[in-house]
Amino acid sequence: MSRRVALVHRVSGIALALFLPAHFWVLGQGLAMDGFLKWTEQPLVKAAEWGLVVLLAAHLGGGLRVLALEFLPWRDWHKSLAAGAAALALGAGLAFALAL
Amino acid sequence: MRTQVLLWGAQRASAALLALCVLVHLATLVYAVQGGLSAAEILARTRGNLAWLAFYTVFVLAVSVHAPIGLRAVLGEWLGWRGRSCDAAVGLFAIVLCALGLRAVMAVFA
Amino acid sequence: MSTLRVRVRRGDAFEEFDVPRRESQTVLDVVTHIQRHLDPTLAYRYACRVGMCGSCAMTVNGAPRWTCRTHVDQVAQGDRLEIGPLRNLPVIRDLVTDMREFFDKWARAQGRFRGRSRRADDFARVAPASAARRLADAGIECIGCGVCYAACDVVAQNPAYLGPAALNRAWTLLNDARDAAQGERLRAVAGDAGCQACHTHLSCTERCPKAISPTAGIAGLKRATLAAALRGEL
Repeated sequence: MSRRVALVHRVSGIALALFLPAHFWVLGQGLAMDGFLKWTEQPLVKAAEWGLVVLLAAHLGGGLRVLALEFLPWRDWHKSLAAGAAALALGAGLAFALAL
Repeated sequence: MRTQVLLWGAQRASAALLALCVLVHLATLVYAVQGGLSAAEILARTRGNLAWLAFYTVFVLAVSVHAPIGLRAVLGEWLGWRGRSCDAAVGLFAIVLCALGLRAVMAVFA
Repeated sequence: MSTLRVRVRRGDAFEEFDVPRRESQTVLDVVTHIQRHLDPTLAYRYACRVGMCGSCAMTVNGAPRWTCRTHVDQVAQGDRLEIGPLRNLPVIRDLVTDMREFFDKWARAQGRFRGRSRRADDFARVAPASAARRLADAGIECIGCGVCYAACDVVAQNPAYLGPAALNRAWTLLNDARDAAQGERLRAVAGDAGCQACHTHLSCTERCPKAISPTAGIAGLKRATLAAALRGEL
């Protein structure tokens, strides 16, 4: 389970690292954003936004797991943190989907 | 050796900071998405807001530390790219991320 | 009596054998049957066959295990079994791996005790219930079988990485109040080839037959090396 969470954590990190420069560039356009915002109304883009939120939540969940394993004194239940991380990501994804 | 340990430390420290920033950011996103705002409307709320300016500046700086160090590990393990050239590339990415990020913060909050 | 279809990795290819299935059969029993009755050229290692020495470690259906302690009933997929040498180590022949690198890394991690007392000194007094001793005791039972090393994804992707066993041993020694080489040890385990490379996949902890958690020890090393680096002692 931990291996899968770690893989998702890594892949989501790569995806976010590739996404961020584009995200910053668009935001840096200022008022010219309007044209771009119109484009984001499309359902495909909405779905992509949802995907990004899920990636972010997945990366956050996996990251909190790593921080717990590395900085808290070891307890046997730490092995189950992987499940906790996955649950967090799914929860966030669901919340955002409902909000859309 | 010492640098590598400190890089690891910086990664974890920025991670802890980002955990807080991301939670705030996600909550803000959900709130904004429910509103369905235009660019002008968003900017009307964010322009001149020093608190948000400070928050997102910290966010950008933390990301500029966190993401490149993470990528460095991935490049080493999945592409076998290690050493000076990799460190330089990753450092360049950090600078680009920081520059674009601060430009975005200025555009939205200044 | 039913038959097991056993695929054994030999070099780049797999060879298939039919082995009679028996009650309470272990994977080591299966390998031994093949070598004694079907193909005497099969190379493999074992010694105690009772789960004490760790020599019989192999990859069974994709996971590193002690074959003498693995019941066929627990791992067989129907009547199929796949056996190979441990991952992440050079193969000498068939199921036998070259363990030199594994133990070289153990030495590189300062995995040996360096005391400071002399003959005339009194005995060291180490309280068994002290925090440090408990941490050391949690990892002290390692017999160097290599299962954790074979299970580790970082070892697979980072040839210089010292690995969970070496780092676990370094951790037990770091917590040994009698050891005098702690500075050198911290320098040895720090960095991209050391404890910082661990990504907490926990494969080592999941697979260790002695229920040791190298991840826990490596996390301790991460904190100790960071503290030393911040103090300028690294």
